[in-house]
Amino acid sequence: MPADRWRADQDGETLVPTHCCFCGVQCGMYLRVDRGGKVFGVEPRNHDINRMRLCPKGINAYQQVNHPDRLTAPLMRRSRDEDFREVSWDEALDFTVSEIRRIQQSHGNDAFGLLGGASLFSEKTYLVGKFARVALKSRHVDYNGRLCMVSAAGANKLAFGIDRAGNPFSDILLTDCLLIAGSNVGECFPVMTQYVWGARDRGAILIVVDPRETAIARTADIHVALRPGTDSAFFNSVLHVVVEEGLTDEAYLAAHATGWEEVKAKAAEYPPARAAEICGVPAEQIVQVARAFARAPKAMAWHARGIEHHSQGVENCLSVINLCTATGHLGRPGAGYGTLTGQGNGQGGREHGQKADLLPGGRSIMNEEHRRQICGIWGIEESELPPAGTSMMEMVWQMQRREIRGLIGICNNPFVSLPNYAVVKEGYDATEFHAQLDFFLSETAANAHVVLPVTTWAEDEGVMANAEARVVKHNKAQDPPPGVRTDTWVMCELARRLGAGDKFAFPDSRAVFDELRIASAGTVNDYYGITYERLEETGGIVWPCPSTDHPGTPRLFEDGRTYHPDGKIHLQVVEWHSPMDPYDDEHPMSLTTGRTVAHFLSGNQTRRLGALVEQTPRPWAEIHPSHGFRNGEPVRVVTRRGSEVFPALVTEAIRPDTVFVPYHWPVPTAANALTIDALDPRSKIPEYKVCACRIEHAEKIDEVPAPPVAPGHVAYPETQVSRTDPLPPTSPQGRGTSERG
Amino acid sequence: MMGRTIFIDPGRCIGCQACVSACRECDSHRGKSMIHLDYTDEGHSVASLPTVCMHCEDPVAPCAEVCPADAILVTADGVVQQADTTRCIGCANCVNACPFGVPKIDLGAKLQMKCNLCYDRTAYGLAPMCATVCPTGALFYGTVEELQAERPGVQVADTFTFGRSEVRTGVAMVVPADRVRWPVPGGLPVVEINGKDVRR
Repeated sequence: MPADRWRADQDGETLVPTHCCFCGVQCGMYLRVDRGGKVFGVEPRNHDINRMRLCPKGINAYQQVNHPDRLTAPLMRRSRDEDFREVSWDEALDFTVSEIRRIQQSHGNDAFGLLGGASLFSEKTYLVGKFARVALKSRHVDYNGRLCMVSAAGANKLAFGIDRAGNPFSDILLTDCLLIAGSNVGECFPVMTQYVWGARDRGAILIVVDPRETAIARTADIHVALRPGTDSAFFNSVLHVVVEEGLTDEAYLAAHATGWEEVKAKAAEYPPARAAEICGVPAEQIVQVARAFARAPKAMAWHARGIEHHSQGVENCLSVINLCTATGHLGRPGAGYGTLTGQGNGQGGREHGQKADLLPGGRSIMNEEHRRQICGIWGIEESELPPAGTSMMEMVWQMQRREIRGLIGICNNPFVSLPNYAVVKEGYDATEFHAQLDFFLSETAANAHVVLPVTTWAEDEGVMANAEARVVKHNKAQDPPPGVRTDTWVMCELARRLGAGDKFAFPDSRAVFDELRIASAGTVNDYYGITYERLEETGGIVWPCPSTDHPGTPRLFEDGRTYHPDGKIHLQVVEWHSPMDPYDDEHPMSLTTGRTVAHFLSGNQTRRLGALVEQTPRPWAEIHPSHGFRNGEPVRVVTRRGSEVFPALVTEAIRPDTVFVPYHWPVPTAANALTIDALDPRSKIPEYKVCACRIEHAEKIDEVPAPPVAPGHVAYPETQVSRTDPLPPTSPQGRGTSERG
Repeated sequence: MMGRTIFIDPGRCIGCQACVSACRECDSHRGKSMIHLDYTDEGHSVASLPTVCMHCEDPVAPCAEVCPADAILVTADGVVQQADTTRCIGCANCVNACPFGVPKIDLGAKLQMKCNLCYDRTAYGLAPMCATVCPTGALFYGTVEELQAERPGVQVADTFTFGRSEVRTGVAMVVPADRVRWPVPGGLPVVEINGKDVRR
């Protein structure tokens, strides 16, 4: 052992245990903090969820904290024609409050809306819901989890009466057959792959349903490369084969499910030959999947946005639930279902009332009893509590129609993340007042009248619930820069100025969490037994957790009972219908969108981090070689909303009738300038994953503005290699390009 | 056989470049990554694999053998260190000698840099940063017994042939069970020459 080794910990470095700010896996990590109290690095942490593993986003996340692009003073302008000027907090908040009052006095309370985010701590999402209803007195509150996994939430609630995954990640290691539908696990949830490979090491069969041959699909036993938008036809047909071959678990169905006869009758309408025609896959594959899944002693289904981002997203998820139930694969170690949440708090972000139709504890805002309970906790009259509002995309339509005239956005970036950019821009431009809370000037914040600089995840404490519904605690690693406030402080201060200060006397996150615990007590989403102290002692606690000596509930339905009053699984009939954007001769192909491993959601955070920008600097259009394009050649993707030019990534790893474009970038290379703003009628999730398109030769690739990175940004230029001359890149972005050169 | 070392499993690589970012975070390379991520079957699949220094054992480190300044030291436990900054003259002999294409030269500093198996971490019983974070286990640090306990039946190769030369390495490659010797590093055959798929 070298005696003279320089040791970081001798230099005053401390390691603060916390979790990644990005996706719903919520990997444990340490933030390295220097003697001056500044975050300067990351160190892997042996947490139960990730066991030291981190993906490139997690490794680079710390660079946001002291990034030179951080907003450190409120920005304000009285009209969009003016430039922003830095103002005091008092001036920014006074202007915001006066605009809220002006709009609400002229047009009613509901003319002002609030949009939250599912990357906020649960305490803050609780405050968003309470602030809208109690301080703004407006029905219009929703959040960007509406763009994430509400289809799965809706399906789970309908079938099981509870909105969460049925099993912990660790159950994947115990399964004999793992079905992954519509989830590019390798790029969107890289750390989850260790569970997938762990199952494979034990001999589990891996089935992947995805139009693209992703890194996970590449090694699958069965890769079903179906046509986008045909998932429920496929799963209905799998169920058809399960029934035909006598592979159903009739005893389980009889004891635990309702509606099976109707579901079975509908599945009978989807023989493999018909589904093969709809889905564009071989009928034999459908039979193979049915046999592999149903015959396995223990089988699990995990899905993500690939089947949820559809105008039939809820049906797609229900069709997976029907399959799991019919084969009896629920409620056992290694048997069950789960949804991989895209945002860090995608699960917790909707549990405590920032969703248009929900009150804390997952209570319904339409339910008289639930309204009464929450009004009691909040200390308001029942008549004061507004009714349900509308979903995020619908709010934008209302902004277009000037029904909503003022808006506060917290932790979201709809200019990149919502579909049909032209409509979104029009809606936001039509508002008379728009404020954003953010720590970087996002594309949406650049449209605002007031931008309020708030903390990153490393400058505050709070909880998030990951994709397992495991509540984990994030700890504060450094003080925020001067001029920056927590979202909690901003909401409480705005509430005080709006005259509701007595309802928002929260000095810190802990005080909010304690009210949240009480507000959730006795509900399905019961957090009462979860305390900060318990979270610090454990690797996280999975709700429901009704008392402080309760261990939490990692696996649901072990006693065979669901959360419906009758304890049964309520199976729902699923009918496939074609996507909302019809194909025709001019638009014969499917455009599908998704993520790339280096970037997170709208890219507001990751597009500023040098290593991630270098890894994937710009989007591309992934197309099959049969179209005759060369790699890197400009290709124009045309939909009914518009057209954009991307470099082609020519690969056999995609269906010939499908084009894939990642969505992390703003116009002029925004996938969401092309996608359709059609919604699932129940979950109101937009149909990001399929719209009709065509591809054309283009003259040149549109100029892409330099990424919004300030001078001196954290970038690490690669070392030059002298072994060979630098090779010209053969594909337009990190993927396909050697690191050498 | 081999002691505690890195095992590379191309079958598990998802091309996420967590290893590349992690290597940069390691204290010993001053913010630069010493890992290449290679795409082996471009245009056909998303297959990829990370290339780290293989820490050649026999012949002992060609890079060190050809170094005119004796700048590349090999430790008693077989770790081939990156160039000693006080000796390296930036001649790039090591770059040309390495059969795996690993060393890099910082032209400005006239200094060779390469993976040193995170000596500052492994000396204290920690795994190298890349293998610690690798989300999939495509980079695994431990003994072959530990690897096989976690992945029953897995086979590894630590010998690679280049024409008539054979190189035995300290870092090993996980290989398909029926093929333990491969013509090129990375466990994958040449698939494309002048744009043509030569497998067919």
